[in-house]
Amino acid sequence: MSLLHIAILAPLLLAIFIPFVYKRFRSIHTGWFVLWLPAILFIYFLQYLPDIKNQGFVEKTFNWIPSLGINFTAYVDGLGLLFALLITGIGTLVVFYSIYYLAKDKENLGSFYVYLLMFMAAMLGVVLSDNLIVLYAFWELTSFSSFLLIGFWYTKERSRHGAQKSMLITVFGGLSMLGGFIILSLLTGTFSIREIISQAGEISTEPFFILALVLVLLGAFTKSAQFPFHIWLPDAMEAPTPVSAYLHSATMVKAGIYIVARMSPVFAEQGLWIWLVGGVGLLTLFWGSFNAVKQTDLKAILAFSTISQLGMIMSMLGLGAAALHYDHLSENIYMGATVAAVFHLINHATFKGSLFMVAGIVDHETGTRDIRKLGGLMQFMPITATIAFIGTFSMAGLPPFNGFLSKEMFFTSVIHVLSLDIFNLETWGALFPILAWIASVFTFVYSMMLFFKTFRGQYQSEKLKKKPHEAPVGMWIPPAILGSLVILIGFFPNLLSNTILKPAAEVIQSPLINEGHSFDIHISFWHGFKPELFMTIGVIVVGVLLYKTMPKWTAIYNKFPSSLSLNHLYDQGLVHTEKGSNKVTDFYMNGSIRNYMVYIFIAFIGLLTITIIKKDAFFMDKSDLAPIGIYEIVLTLIIVAAAITILMAKSRLTSIIALGAIGYTVALFFVLFRAPDLVLTQLVIETVSVALFLLAFYHLPKINRKEERMRFKLTNAIVAAGVGIVVTIIALSAHSNKLFKSISEYYIENTADKAGGGNMVNVILVDFRGFDTMFEIAVLGIAALGVYGMIKLRLSRRQDR
Amino acid sequence: MEILMSILIGLLFASAVYLMLSKSLLRIIIGTGLLSHGAHLLLLTMAGLKRGTVPLLGEEATNYTDPIPQALILTAIVISFGVTAFFLVLAYRAYQELGTDNIDEMRGSKNND
Repeated sequence: MSLLHIAILAPLLLAIFIPFVYKRFRSIHTGWFVLWLPAILFIYFLQYLPDIKNQGFVEKTFNWIPSLGINFTAYVDGLGLLFALLITGIGTLVVFYSIYYLAKDKENLGSFYVYLLMFMAAMLGVVLSDNLIVLYAFWELTSFSSFLLIGFWYTKERSRHGAQKSMLITVFGGLSMLGGFIILSLLTGTFSIREIISQAGEISTEPFFILALVLVLLGAFTKSAQFPFHIWLPDAMEAPTPVSAYLHSATMVKAGIYIVARMSPVFAEQGLWIWLVGGVGLLTLFWGSFNAVKQTDLKAILAFSTISQLGMIMSMLGLGAAALHYDHLSENIYMGATVAAVFHLINHATFKGSLFMVAGIVDHETGTRDIRKLGGLMQFMPITATIAFIGTFSMAGLPPFNGFLSKEMFFTSVIHVLSLDIFNLETWGALFPILAWIASVFTFVYSMMLFFKTFRGQYQSEKLKKKPHEAPVGMWIPPAILGSLVILIGFFPNLLSNTILKPAAEVIQSPLINEGHSFDIHISFWHGFKPELFMTIGVIVVGVLLYKTMPKWTAIYNKFPSSLSLNHLYDQGLVHTEKGSNKVTDFYMNGSIRNYMVYIFIAFIGLLTITIIKKDAFFMDKSDLAPIGIYEIVLTLIIVAAAITILMAKSRLTSIIALGAIGYTVALFFVLFRAPDLVLTQLVIETVSVALFLLAFYHLPKINRKEERMRFKLTNAIVAAGVGIVVTIIALSAHSNKLFKSISEYYIENTADKAGGGNMVNVILVDFRGFDTMFEIAVLGIAALGVYGMIKLRLSRRQDR
Repeated sequence: MEILMSILIGLLFASAVYLMLSKSLLRIIIGTGLLSHGAHLLLLTMAGLKRGTVPLLGEEATNYTDPIPQALILTAIVISFGVTAFFLVLAYRAYQELGTDNIDEMRGSKNND
């Protein structure tokens, strides 16, 4: 186990000690004991930067289940490192923020930090694993810890609802992804992502390859809240704000992005991949930004904006896949989309993290997050307002912030779609720039809403519970750091380009890079009067117009029928699944023994009949039959008559006597068929059985003594006749299909010599096969004890007294 | 003979199943009795009938009937007797405690499934 493995698992190790620390040092906020770990991890991962730049990757293997090919292979490359830095960096800030956000004496801090550390380790494991199964294990741990964090205030009904919803949706996707991983490993014979990538070209024609693609994408889409699986993210806003900032903007929701980026070299040659990833991403981008405008809760706006921005990153990854279809690396314009995706990933983490923290501050200082009650807060909290200004304007894609740069790059890549001539993109490709532009307009509108409705406008003191004032220093330092990063990246984007962006983009586009080629990234702040610049100007102009006229057009949101909303579908789906399964179970599990017997017998008849017909097994051989004598016919007739008597009898006494008659006739059959021991046993036992039956008959309850004939029921008769016919047919076929001689010769020859007996049946019972007899005695003993116990033990009556 | 026995066994099975599908507990147990008779006869028939004399060495015969199925049936008779006896006492106790022999009335109540 190397230092790298320890670094990944360190948060889990620390989580073990947190409850003890929490109990022992109640006077110090538990967060201080947590804070140092992500900070150290961040510095530790920074050290990998030169290695990654020079040699591409670092790999350390720790054997876990070598016999199954499942080993904990930690693998750091450009992409993994980028995510690891995000996780630890923003993790540090979030822990710091939570120290000031969560009250020491009101919240259960022990649990909070245990869940948070669990999540951090899981996320590091997801992005730094090369083994698919290990990746999946960490993936589910993220779902699980996210569930715990969303339901942190478990006494609130909405928290539990949100936690359950996110759990159901992400676990659904996780399980599909596991299916995709297993198909991939069956196709390639390995669980290692790098080895799968090296075989990507060979497996792409396999029949199950497309299924694997779709299943893996399902996992990525559910986790990253893509349309139509985005519905869990707004409900997850019931979590404490530091959790929303960390999980639901910067890290966990990007796990799906990570999977898409990581698996790109495997799947991206497929046209379906470009269409699915690009198309779903674009749809999510549009739908998220469109819905964000109608929200009134700060965190709900941010949730929908996260959905929208994730869709944007996703669609850029899909478009970036088009690069694989063009050989000329130097002129390959589609590479730009991949770079833009990675770049926007970083930018989004910075400004969205800071905006969530700002929303938390506003909530903390005013007691509400409803923008209808907020307004004019700038005069009370200037620092927070400045941070919010930077974040929202960056999100809207305005210069000079980093969001502007990535939005320009996004526009560049969607414009390039127009020149694509593969996979029918030439017909529908025009949708990409148009939808992207409309979505950007809405992004602009909700960003402005977020800032101006909260910090400008009329201050409504009567609607607020508290008198607002500036947040404590500790609370605004983390968003301030993120905000300054927004500006820093905005002005000096090339700080990142060679250290992080290039290695990460090279990993995503590795099939193009592997021949020693490389490409250079230069993010220019000003690239001349290109179409994308006019698109941005258009966004601003139309956005300002829309924002100014908002009250006039927001009525269109009410035009959508609520019965068609996805949340409604999800809720109804859950209700109907529950009701439906209840109905199905009530239908066949009705508590009547007769019904269950009918199911069993019908299954018996059906399965055996089908088998006989399919195998053509019915066959009657008349050559080896014993002769029929007059005695046998008479005895058969007696049994038939007795059986009919039982069925038709009015009184139960007649039935019992007829059963006795059958028993004695069977004994007579044993006489005819030369079985003296059977005759003796059968006679004795039949006598005792009939006596027992009479005893039971005698004790019938008085109330129900009314004797009545069994009523004829057609279904019962058909089932019974079916069983009888199947048994007869099987008996006839079995008798006609004797494949080898009986082993009884051995017993007949050796009864006298080896066992010293004359009665073969008895010698078999006590000598050759004595074990059977021993346990048969045990059965009788148990039955006797059971009978004794049933009669003697009367616990219920004793209780009644 | 084997064909006749097969049909007879089928008939025993059919009546046994018909009884087991009825509502009265006593009839169900009678059905199990018929079913075990059918099974025993089936065992014997499948080994072949009347292929020789009684399986006792003193008989000085060249052919004996197969002794193995006879041993099997003997075991089966005893076991089915044990089970039937247990069943009957169970039914008897059920009569005593519940006051009914109709299995439809023996279902758990809605709150007590």
